Amino acid sequence: MNLAEKILAAHAGKDHVAPGEFISAKVDVVLANDITAPIAIREFQKLGQDKVFDPKKIVLVPDHFVPNKDIASAEQAKILREFARAQGVNYFECGQMGIEHVILHEKGLVIPGDLVVGADSHTCTYGALGAFATGMGSTDIAVAMATGDVWMKVPPTIKFVYSGKLPKYVGGKDLILYTIGQIGVDGALYAAMEFSGEAIDNLSMSGRFTMANMAIEAGGKAGLFFADKKAVDYARNRSKRSPVVFEADADAAYQAIHEYDVSRLEPQVALPHLPSNVKPVSQVGQVFIDQVVIGSCTNGRFEDLQVAASILKGKKVNSNLRCIIIPGSQQVYLEALRAGYIEAFIEAGCAVSTPTCGPCLGGHMGILAAGEKCLATTNRNFIGRMGSPRSEVYLAGPAVAAASAVAGKIVSPES
Amino acid sequence: MLKGHVFKYGANVDTDAIIPARYLNVSDPYELARHCMEDIDLDFIKKAKPGDVIVATSNFGCGSSREHAPIAIKASGISAVIAKSFARIFFRNAINIGLPLLESPEAVEGTDAGDELEIDLASGTIKNLTKGKTFKAAAYPEFMSGIIKAGGLIEYTRERLKKNIGAKTTKVA
Repeated sequence: MNLAEKILAAHAGKDHVAPGEFISAKVDVVLANDITAPIAIREFQKLGQDKVFDPKKIVLVPDHFVPNKDIASAEQAKILREFARAQGVNYFECGQMGIEHVILHEKGLVIPGDLVVGADSHTCTYGALGAFATGMGSTDIAVAMATGDVWMKVPPTIKFVYSGKLPKYVGGKDLILYTIGQIGVDGALYAAMEFSGEAIDNLSMSGRFTMANMAIEAGGKAGLFFADKKAVDYARNRSKRSPVVFEADADAAYQAIHEYDVSRLEPQVALPHLPSNVKPVSQVGQVFIDQVVIGSCTNGRFEDLQVAASILKGKKVNSNLRCIIIPGSQQVYLEALRAGYIEAFIEAGCAVSTPTCGPCLGGHMGILAAGEKCLATTNRNFIGRMGSPRSEVYLAGPAVAAASAVAGKIVSPES
Repeated sequence: MLKGHVFKYGANVDTDAIIPARYLNVSDPYELARHCMEDIDLDFIKKAKPGDVIVATSNFGCGSSREHAPIAIKASGISAVIAKSFARIFFRNAINIGLPLLESPEAVEGTDAGDELEIDLASGTIKNLTKGKTFKAAAYPEFMSGIIKAGGLIEYTRERLKKNIGAKTTKVA
């Protein structure tokens, strides 16, 4: 069996599972946010069960429209807060919270070997820890909160092998954008993606979270990494639970295997309006931008801010654009503050915000007007994603974003 | 039997197009339906009538996990969505809330905007009344038919919980 099959078999109480098989699996973590939880709570209440199956395994994070942007979103956050208090589940109030897919692993709530379901498509982020993590809708999450299990179809797995050493300024975001550019936005539809190879072995946990995060952008059900020493140490430093390490068998079956030599990979940019519309930064041409956003569940971690600060320190943001930097969690914010990055950002002329998903989904904190162009380290550039349906979003990693904020147009960090 | 006219779309219709995130500060189905498809088709909500059908090519519903997307489509009166393929989370969500989806590349190829369709969900038969052609949709796996038959995942789970009182609460390890 491959990695996905091993984890799913263990949670379904079976010795063996195969792609296409329907299973009922026990979950370790059930997650929802301020957009999806209100519907999940409404559906949970229809089930006629008073209590969730295990409050310790449920996590509610108000992050999308928090700090609340208007009365309607404040009402939604209130539903979440009241349910969380009544049920005694894990809940992170504004001030402790961060973007859900930055804080769950940071706080040790997800560890290697877990099965995680979340009412948010980027739940696949935790695959970086060797957990099987997948996004579902609110009704699925309502049922998981009540019963502790979910129905699932075992996915086929596509294996990706990255050989070579990554050049400077090229990271997890570039690897995953390149991959989506190669296979398309439905290139891994219904499938699990398993990432491996020399470049992956050398990739930081931060870079792995970024890659796993965007598996959904290729239609993937999960983006999985083998939990090596780096991943196990990461979890051990944060959780009292013991990691369970699953490894693919040498003769495991895959739907396809893609091999990429990434030793000369350039920083990648996804052009409007699909994450698969990818070009190396040198081939993007002259694109003047009105806004840069650095943050999100994709690239809002300490290492991302470190890269951005290394480029922005001592420079000025171009006077034709605004640069918005959003640390993914309070912890990331505090560490960046202590490292002097926040000071560097403010001196460069950036706006720095408290953690929120905010602009990534066109919620608040950086909405685009008609005709405006934004380069963001986020994960989606669909029509209207960040505001006006006549605005444009370009996706890249933090190095390209920071360099472009200084240049006023999309440029390589090497320039 | 479902009957209605076709709204036709291309590939990769994402959930931001189905219901933009700026409207996700509410969860009332009819409030959401008022903005369904507006970023790619301003006419949709003005013209959609009960029974109408959305027909799209591949990867319909890609992007976020927002259940608001199938909820908005259902509340706008759409009786079914036919596509060559659906994004995974959207597929689950639609089945869970009782919005019928049919996978039929032939029906998508053989249907234009405005055509009148008649759909028999039990047999998976799609009749294009305008063109006088009949298509077959892929059958649902047995497990999923159970959810559809119960009227959605909540009803399915309620029955399951009733039958198996002992499994109502899972023991905490």
